[in-house]
Amino acid sequence: MSEITTVTEARAGMVPLAKVEQVDTQPSLIDWKTIWKPLSLIAGAFLIFFWLPIDNNRFAGAVIESLALAKWYAQEHVLLCLVPAFFIAGAISVFVSQAAVIKYLGAGANKILSYGVASVSGTILAVCSCTVLPLFAGIWKRGAGLGPAIAFLYSGPAINILAVVLTARILGPEIGLARAVGAVVFSVVIGLIMHMLFRKEEQAKAEAALLMPEPEVERPLWQNVVYFAVMVGILVSATWGEPADLTGLWHAIYSVKWLLTGFFAIVFGVLLVKWFHVRAYKVVLAAAVVLALAVIFPHKPLIAFSAGIISMVVLITSTRGETESWFLSTWDFTKQIMPLLLAGVLVAGLLLGRPGSEGLIPSQWVSSLVGGNSLWANLFASVVGAFMYFATLTEVPILQGLLGAGMGKGPALALLLAGPALSLPNMLVIRSVLGTKKTITFVALVVVMATISGLIFGHFF
Amino acid sequence: MDIKILGPGCAKCQQTEKIVKDVVTESGVQASVEKVTDIMEIAGYGVVVTPAVVVDGDVKSVGKIPKKEEVLGWIG
Repeated sequence: MSEITTVTEARAGMVPLAKVEQVDTQPSLIDWKTIWKPLSLIAGAFLIFFWLPIDNNRFAGAVIESLALAKWYAQEHVLLCLVPAFFIAGAISVFVSQAAVIKYLGAGANKILSYGVASVSGTILAVCSCTVLPLFAGIWKRGAGLGPAIAFLYSGPAINILAVVLTARILGPEIGLARAVGAVVFSVVIGLIMHMLFRKEEQAKAEAALLMPEPEVERPLWQNVVYFAVMVGILVSATWGEPADLTGLWHAIYSVKWLLTGFFAIVFGVLLVKWFHVRAYKVVLAAAVVLALAVIFPHKPLIAFSAGIISMVVLITSTRGETESWFLSTWDFTKQIMPLLLAGVLVAGLLLGRPGSEGLIPSQWVSSLVGGNSLWANLFASVVGAFMYFATLTEVPILQGLLGAGMGKGPALALLLAGPALSLPNMLVIRSVLGTKKTITFVALVVVMATISGLIFGHFF
Repeated sequence: MDIKILGPGCAKCQQTEKIVKDVVTESGVQASVEKVTDIMEIAGYGVVVTPAVVVDGDVKSVGKIPKKEEVLGWIG
């Protein structure tokens, strides 16, 4: 007798009691494995709303703070900073030949050169954390060895182009620069120390070449350099902030920032026609639309800028070939990072509020734990940063909240240097590659280095 | 035929797995498709940029999502 007929009979009440008991031994129709997850989500949401402390002033204030922070990001940073940065990151992953970089990390590579390349190549190679670990394992086992692999693993997440741009924009250029420079310098130091400590264990490697992806497009280096310089020019001039002092070079640049942006945009349009086979009439048409909007709304530059972004997307997606790959990889980054960043901003706003106001966590707690520039504050920030998981870029709004709540700049840098490179889940994966002893050494070195660099930075700024 | 998809589980790796499985089903070739997520095993093939496709021990593509025609060329 099949299960289904048994149940129908049971429902219909046609089966005597004795037989129903027998049915209990049959496999259940309810598959708890597929139910418990969504059920606990629904129950959890219900319980949260059941006890939602909406009348509590601190909570209500924190919700407003969280929305206000998200609004500030949307108004100030998404169009001018994040969107251009996504396009640059996309262009890097399509147009820059990764093989050219990886060859310096192979088994036969010059040792000094391989440390140098490993410590800066994160800008190009490590835009997504899922690409870091295979590269790391490959460099260690088949390539230049443990030292360069560790240097790459450590510096990669800290110096990828998106992280540097957003850190400098939101937290200030000196922290952005200190983060990039600190990550590069300490990655080499940590790599060298790891190499010294575990020199004896380095086994003979298979002298096989690392396999690289074939480059999708070949373009002379100088063309890539010009092309990236123009895109960075658009990004920098569009995001140029108003300086406090109304005279001098910085202010002179600020007063013509939209003219500069327009100039870079025109050069960019020419490059699209010359090198990327975009039809000239399309570029002229797009430029005319953007220019018209800039003239009609001279005090709302975002309108013309948005039109510029939209028309660029139309241009590169309606042209066949490499511009399509560029669009797709830009879209991949956007899709992957934006939801996480929004969640990060909302959570940071809820817990910490905007600078100058409080969220759920009282500012005194923050300033008593990581305020000032004591050894303890720096060490605490490093350890927390090392264990906590930050999704790509979310370290920025979280640190912004912490700084606003009274965190010192030294501990902030310590957290930035220890945070994105390490997290508890990430440590477990590294352990599966390196083993427990090397992983603990690596984590300890990162924490100590981050603490020291935080102390130094906090002393000067 | 023994096909391995190397990748720690990023979106591109999943797309690659899907494409390879589709091609195997459509072409009717007798082949086992296996996903390799262990980083050290991936490194053992010398692959540093995932996703990669390995057919009978030969690394066929590295660091990109292969096109259906390419996959058909490797297994056909």
